[in-house]
Amino acid sequence: MATSSKSATMPGGAGHGDGVTRRDFLFVAAGATGAVGIAATAWPFLNNMNPAADVLALASVEVSLSGIEVGQAIKVSWRGKPVFIRRRTPEEIKSARDVDWHTLPDPQDDVTRVQKGKDEWLILIGVCTHLGCIPLGTAQGETRGDYGGWFCPCHGSHYDTSGRIRKGPAPKNLELPSYAFATDTTVKIG
Amino acid sequence: MASTQGVPPAFNNTVIKWIDKRLPIFTFMHHEYGVFPTPRNFNYWWSFGGIAMVMLITMIVTGIVLAMNYTPHVDYAFNSVERIMRDVPQGWLIRYMHMNGASFFFIAVFIHIFRGMYYGSYKNPRELLWILGVVILLLMMATAFMGYVLPWGQMSFWGATVITNLFSAIPIIGNDIVTFLWGGFSVDNPTLNRFFSLHYLLPFVIVGVVVLHIAAMHVAGSNNPTGIDPRGPQDTLPFSPYYVTKDGFAVVVFVMIYAAFVFFAPDFFGEADNYIPANPLQTPAHIVPEWYFLPFYAILRSIPDKLGGVIAMFGSIGVLFLLPWLDTAKVRSARFRPTFKWFFWLFLIVCLILGWVGGNPADAELKVGGMHIPLLWIGRLATAYYFFHFLILLPILGKIERPLPLPASIADSVLKPAVAR
Repeated sequence: MATSSKSATMPGGAGHGDGVTRRDFLFVAAGATGAVGIAATAWPFLNNMNPAADVLALASVEVSLSGIEVGQAIKVSWRGKPVFIRRRTPEEIKSARDVDWHTLPDPQDDVTRVQKGKDEWLILIGVCTHLGCIPLGTAQGETRGDYGGWFCPCHGSHYDTSGRIRKGPAPKNLELPSYAFATDTTVKIG
Repeated sequence: MASTQGVPPAFNNTVIKWIDKRLPIFTFMHHEYGVFPTPRNFNYWWSFGGIAMVMLITMIVTGIVLAMNYTPHVDYAFNSVERIMRDVPQGWLIRYMHMNGASFFFIAVFIHIFRGMYYGSYKNPRELLWILGVVILLLMMATAFMGYVLPWGQMSFWGATVITNLFSAIPIIGNDIVTFLWGGFSVDNPTLNRFFSLHYLLPFVIVGVVVLHIAAMHVAGSNNPTGIDPRGPQDTLPFSPYYVTKDGFAVVVFVMIYAAFVFFAPDFFGEADNYIPANPLQTPAHIVPEWYFLPFYAILRSIPDKLGGVIAMFGSIGVLFLLPWLDTAKVRSARFRPTFKWFFWLFLIVCLILGWVGGNPADAELKVGGMHIPLLWIGRLATAYYFFHFLILLPILGKIERPLPLPASIADSVLKPAVAR
C-alpha cells in the first residue's frame, strides 16, 4: 500500500490520515469485481453437475401390495435406488416396539417409522446409511442379521425389524421415502 | 547444479540451428537429459521414475484408442467393452494393456515412493519435489477409480457407490455433495458420463504435474543411495548415455513382466464380478477395490465410526505431505541410519498386512492353531502402527538415533565399498 507521503502528492488522495489512497480503493474494487465475476462464471459450470430436470422428474412410482404375504418383503426401484416394502409379522412388530428405543444408536420409535394404522407395512429406502450398499434380508433365504431385519454384507451393519441401525458402522437408520397409501393395496412412493 | 553443465552444444544441422536459436529446445534437452550431471552410484531402484513415465505414456496411448470404441452410457458401456474384447481388431490386446497397465503403473509408483522413503529423498532441498509426487499419487488414484467405473460391471457400480458415499460422511452438506457428484440420486448415467470425461482429462493433468515434478528434480538434482550431495565432476556421470542405458535396460525387464501378465494372466489383478453387468438392486456379497487401494480400504474399515474412518483414510495420504518435516533426521539415506533401516522394513510389512486385511471380508478371521483372530483387530493394529510410524516414531527417531559415519564423497563410497557399507 502507498505511503502517506506519496498519497499526499496525489490529487484526491490527501485528507485521509491513514494513508489510504484512491488508487488503493480502485485496486480493491477491481479485485472484488474480478472475484465476483469469476464466482459468477464458475457457478453455471458447477451447477451444471447437479441433477438435471429429467432426473428430478422421475419422482414417483405406484406399487401394488396385493401379492405380499405376511412375513414377506419385496424390492422396488425408485429414483434408481431400491425401496424395501416389508409386511411384518406381529412378532416382528412386537420386537421392534419392545426395545427401549432411547438407547439405540439413532433413537427413533417404531411408531414414527410406519404410518398410523398400517403397522405391518414397513417401507424403507434400501440403501445402507454407511456407504450405500444394499442390505440383505428382503428376499427369502437371505440373512437378516442379528436383529431379524437386514444385514449389510459390505461392512457388517445390522438393522432391526424397524430398519433401525443396531450394530455396525452405519450411523443412521434406513431412510424412509415419502409415500402414501392410494388404496388398501396400492402405495404411491415419492 | 545448472552451473556444472558446461558450454552450450554446437549443432551441425542447419535446421536444428535455426530452430534452436528461436526456441532453444535442443539446448534444453542437451542440458537436462544429455550432459545432466547425475550421481554415479544409482542402483536400479532409481529406474522406477523412468519406468513410471513409460507406464503413464502407455496408459494415455492405449486409453485414447479405447475411447474410440467405448460408449459411456449405462445401457451400452458394458457391451461396448465386450465388443472391444471380441470384435474390434486387437481390441483385447489394447484393453488388457490398459487394464494391467494401471496395476503396473501403481507397482512402479509404489516402488518409486518406497525408494524415496528409504533413501530420504524427500528431505531438504527436495520437499516440494516430494509433495508434487504425492499430488501425482492422488491424481492417479482418482483417475484409476473413475476408470474402473467405466466398464459398468458389478464392481464398477458398487465401487463407485461406496467411494462416492465416503463424502456423505461430511457433516451437514455431505449428502448434497454426494448428489452433486452423482448428478442424481444414485450412481447412474450422469455419473458414468462425468467419470468418463474426467478419466480422459486427469491423465493430462498428471502429465502437467509430472513436468513440474521433473523440473523440481532438475533444480535440486537427484538424490542417490548415499544421500550425500555430489561435490564435483568425480561424483557424477552425464545422464546420457550412462543412465539412458541403465534405465532403458530396467524398462525392458519391467515391460517383459508386464507383458507376461497381459498375455498369460490378463485377469490376475481383476475381479471376476466385474464381468457381470452392473445391477443397482443387487450388491455383490464381497466388495473389494482394486489391489492398489486395499491398504487404504483396510484403514477405512478399521475405524468403527463413519466420519472417523473417512478421515483416517484420507489422513493416511495426507500424512505423506508432511513427511519432509516429520522426519527430523539430518542424514538422508537409511544406509547410514541403522535403527531407521529396520523400522522402514517394518513399515513396509505393515503396509502389506493392511493390503491383505483390506482384501478380505470385513468379518474374516485368521485361524492360527486353535485361535481365531478377527482380521478387524489386525487391521486396527496395523492402522495404529501406520500413523505411529509417521507421527511419533520418525520425529523422535531422528533425534535419538546415532547415524553411521558418512563417506567423504560419492566417489569414495563407490571406489572404497567397505566404507559405504
